[in-house]
Amino acid sequence: MKTDPAGVLTGAHYLDGDYACGEGAMAAGCRFVAGYPITPSTEVVERISRRFPYMGGTFIQMEDEMASMAAIIGASWTGTKSMTVTSGPGFSLMMENIGLAAMMETPCVVVNVQRGGPSTGLPTMVGQQDIMQARWGSHGDYQIIALSPQSPQEAFTLVIDAFNLAELYRVPVMFMMDECVGHMTEKVVIPPADEIEIVPRKLTSKTPEEYLPYSADGGLIPEFARAGDGYKFHTTGLTHDERGYPVMSAECQQQNVQRLIDKIKLNADDIVRYEEEEIDSADVVLVTYGITARVARMGIELARKKGIKVGVIRLLVVWPFPEKYIRELAGKIKAFVVPEINAGQLVLEVERCAAGKVPAVGVPHLGGGVHDPQVIADAIVEAAK
Amino acid sequence: MSPESKIVGQTAMRSKVHPVPSAPPAGEGAAHAEDDHPLSEYLRMDRIPHIWCPTCGIGIAVKCLAEALDELKADTNKVSIVSGIGCTGRVAGYMKLDGFHSTHGRAIPFATGIKLGRPELTVVVFSGDGDLSGIGGNHFIHAARRNMDLMVVLVNNFIYGMTGGQNAPTTPVPAKTSTMPFGNFEHPFNLPALAEGCGADYVARWTTLHVRRLTRSFKEALTRKGFRFIEVIAPCSTLYGRLNKLGTGYDLMKFYYENTEIHNGADTKDVDIAFQGKIICGKFVDFERRTYIEMMEQHYTEVLGEKYVPMKPEGGMLHEPEDEQQAAPAGKPARRKREKQEVAGG
Amino acid sequence: MKYWRKPLDYDQIEIPHGEVHIIADRCKGCVFCVEYCPRGVLIMSDEFNAKGYHYPVAIKTGECVNCNLCEMICPEFAIFSSPLPNGKLGDVTEVTPEGVHTSKEEPK
Repeated sequence: MKTDPAGVLTGAHYLDGDYACGEGAMAAGCRFVAGYPITPSTEVVERISRRFPYMGGTFIQMEDEMASMAAIIGASWTGTKSMTVTSGPGFSLMMENIGLAAMMETPCVVVNVQRGGPSTGLPTMVGQQDIMQARWGSHGDYQIIALSPQSPQEAFTLVIDAFNLAELYRVPVMFMMDECVGHMTEKVVIPPADEIEIVPRKLTSKTPEEYLPYSADGGLIPEFARAGDGYKFHTTGLTHDERGYPVMSAECQQQNVQRLIDKIKLNADDIVRYEEEEIDSADVVLVTYGITARVARMGIELARKKGIKVGVIRLLVVWPFPEKYIRELAGKIKAFVVPEINAGQLVLEVERCAAGKVPAVGVPHLGGGVHDPQVIADAIVEAAK
Repeated sequence: MSPESKIVGQTAMRSKVHPVPSAPPAGEGAAHAEDDHPLSEYLRMDRIPHIWCPTCGIGIAVKCLAEALDELKADTNKVSIVSGIGCTGRVAGYMKLDGFHSTHGRAIPFATGIKLGRPELTVVVFSGDGDLSGIGGNHFIHAARRNMDLMVVLVNNFIYGMTGGQNAPTTPVPAKTSTMPFGNFEHPFNLPALAEGCGADYVARWTTLHVRRLTRSFKEALTRKGFRFIEVIAPCSTLYGRLNKLGTGYDLMKFYYENTEIHNGADTKDVDIAFQGKIICGKFVDFERRTYIEMMEQHYTEVLGEKYVPMKPEGGMLHEPEDEQQAAPAGKPARRKREKQEVAGG
Repeated sequence: MKYWRKPLDYDQIEIPHGEVHIIADRCKGCVFCVEYCPRGVLIMSDEFNAKGYHYPVAIKTGECVNCNLCEMICPEFAIFSSPLPNGKLGDVTEVTPEGVHTSKEEPK
C-alpha cells in the first residue's frame, strides 16, 4: 500500500539521523508516539511532536519509559502504528513491556539511539553496547527483529522497513541507531509518497464468532483484530491458548512460545538483510553494522593497500543474525573481523556460527568515540596472517 | 519410577500434564440454564466459575460493572477493559469486552495508549490496590494530573492477594501481612485524597456491600469524561481476613455493614481507613475539568488553526483506499433477560 | 401491613413476586445471598454441589419480591431472580429432617 502523503516530507533535506528517523516513522504511517526524553534520542520525538499535529498523529510525552512502552502497545491494539524512542537506560526500563509486546504479538517499533554505557554512562557519546540486549533483554524466550542504520539517509529508509517488518511478523522491532548516526547531519532525500511502499495493518476477515486471536490456522502468524471492532477478544501476557485465555501448562507453553520463536526463526531467510562486498575473493571478512561500518571503510582501504583481500558484510538487519551465511563462509575464508563499539558482543555470534573453523577476531572499543581506522586495519592485517 | 532405576544428573521436575484445552467449535452458542443469568452476555461464560475465592468481593465489583453496562444499554463493542496483575487483574479475562491483561502496574498507560489510539472507545481500567497505587503509582498520578479520559476502578482489599498476602500501600497499621508478620508499621495511602490531589474530577468510594450505589457510580462514571476514580473496598478472606483473624468475607461484609458511613461530598482528607476502623463511603468529588484530549485539540486549534488535523475518533489506522475494510457487526443493544415471561415449572 | 389510613393508590400497588434461580454448581458457599435477602427467602442447603460447597435453596418463595439483591450481591453469578406474573407463586423447597423436597405452594 502507498503511504499517506501527509506524513511524507518529499525533497532533499539536510537532517540529522534523529530527525530523519522521525521523518521515516511518519512516512511509514506511524500515528502514535509515546516517549520520554533521553539523550541522544530526544530529537526524534521533538521532530515528531512538531509535525504530528498536521497529520492526525498523537504524540504524548509519558511520565517514564515503562509508561511509554505500555502506551504504544495499547495504541497498536487499536490498529494505529506506534513507536517509542529511547536510549540505553530507557531501553533497560522498557524491557518488561518489550516482553509483553512479544508475548501479545503486538507490532510496534522501539528506537534505541545507543550511547556509552553501562548505567548512565556517556549520555552524549556513541556506543553500540545494547546490541545483545536488543536480542536477549527481556526475560523468557522470544524473538525480535533488530535493524541498524549507518547514516541519516538509512535512518529514514530503514525505519520504514522496521515498521513493515513489525506488521508482517507481529513483533516489536528494535531500531538500533547509535548516537553518532543520530547526531550526524547529512543529506537525506525523501522520495514522493507514491514511491514509498508500506505494509498496512492487516485485519482479520473472519467474523467475531469464528475469530480466535492466536489461531494461526496452522501457520505461524495469527490474524489481527483491533479493539473496538466488535471482536471482544482477550489478550494477555500470561501463556495463553488460541483463544487468548491464560492456560498454565507445559503443553500450552510449548505451543505458545515455540510459535513466537518459529515466527522469526523459520522466516529468517526472508528477514535477514545485509550488504556484502568482495566476498568471493576474500581472505578476511569484516562483519560490521551502524556507524562502525563507515569508519571501517577507511580501515579496509588501508588493509587493501597492503594487499589483503578484504570482504565486507554490513548488517542492515542485525537480528535475526545471518547464521546460515556466516556458517557457509566460515569454511572458505581465513578469519572474520568484527569491529564494534562495545567490549565484543556481536563477535560472539560470529564466533558461534564460525564454529571454530575460523577465528572471529573482535575489535572492541568501549565507547565515547569511533574506532581509529588504523586499529581496524591492523586487526585485519593481523587476522590475515 | 522403578526402585532399580538411577537418577543421573538433575531430577527432572515431574510436571502435571494438562491437555491444552481446545477452542470451542466456532459458532456454537452454549444453550444451557447457566446462560439464563441476566448478565451472562457481559461475561466470558466459557471461563465461569472464576478463580476468586469464596466470599471474595471482586466478583461483586465485576457484577456491578456488568449491571451498569446493562442498564446503560452500552455498546459493548466500543468498551475496552484493561487490567494489571493480581487477583483483580484477572477481571479483564472474565468480561466479554476487548480485554487486555497487561503487566504489573502498567494498566493505566496501556489504557492511555488505547484511548489516544482510538479516541471513540470507552476505556475502563480495573485493577487492584497494589497494582495501581504500588508499582503503578506513578502512572496513576500522572493520568489523574492530565485528566486522561479513563475510568479507573481500584478494588482495594488492603493486601497483595494473588502473591500470597504481602503488604500493600493501602494496608492499615498494624495489620499483619506475610511480609510484615509482626504487623504493618507503614502509613497507608488515602486513595481518594491522592486521586483528588492529583486532579481527578470524579472520585468515589464504595464497598462491595453497597451494590446499588456502586452500580450507580459506575453508570455515572461510564457516561462522563475525565479521570474517574472509583475505589471499591472488597473483602479478602483468604489472606487479609485470615492473617488478621477477621474471619471470612462474610464477616468482613458484616463489618462493612456496621462500620461504613455514607458522606457524599466529604473532604477526602478525612476519609482514611484505620485498621478495622470506620469506612467513609460516598461520592467525594464530581466536577467537570477539560480532559487531556479536549485540551490537546483546543490548544492545537488555537495555535495552528485550519492546519491542525486531529486524530480521527476511529483511530490512526491507515486504510487501503481501494478495499473497504469489512465493518464488524454492530453490537445489538443489551437485552434484559429477566424480561422473559415464561416461568420454569409454571 | 397495618395503615392508619389507606393510601390513596392502595389498589394500584402491586407487590411484585419473584422467582429465584440458583445455579448450584457455580456457588462457592459464601452465604451472602442468604444473609442479605431482605425477605429471608433463602437458606443454605445441607447438600454439596459438584465442587463440595453448600449452596442456597429457596424456602420461602412466596416472600420473594424480585428485589434482585441476591443477584447483585452474589460474586459468582450463581443466583438471580426473575419476575413472576402476579398471583403466581413459585415452587417451595422444604427442608425437613427427612430431606429437601419441593412442592407447589397454593396461591393465597
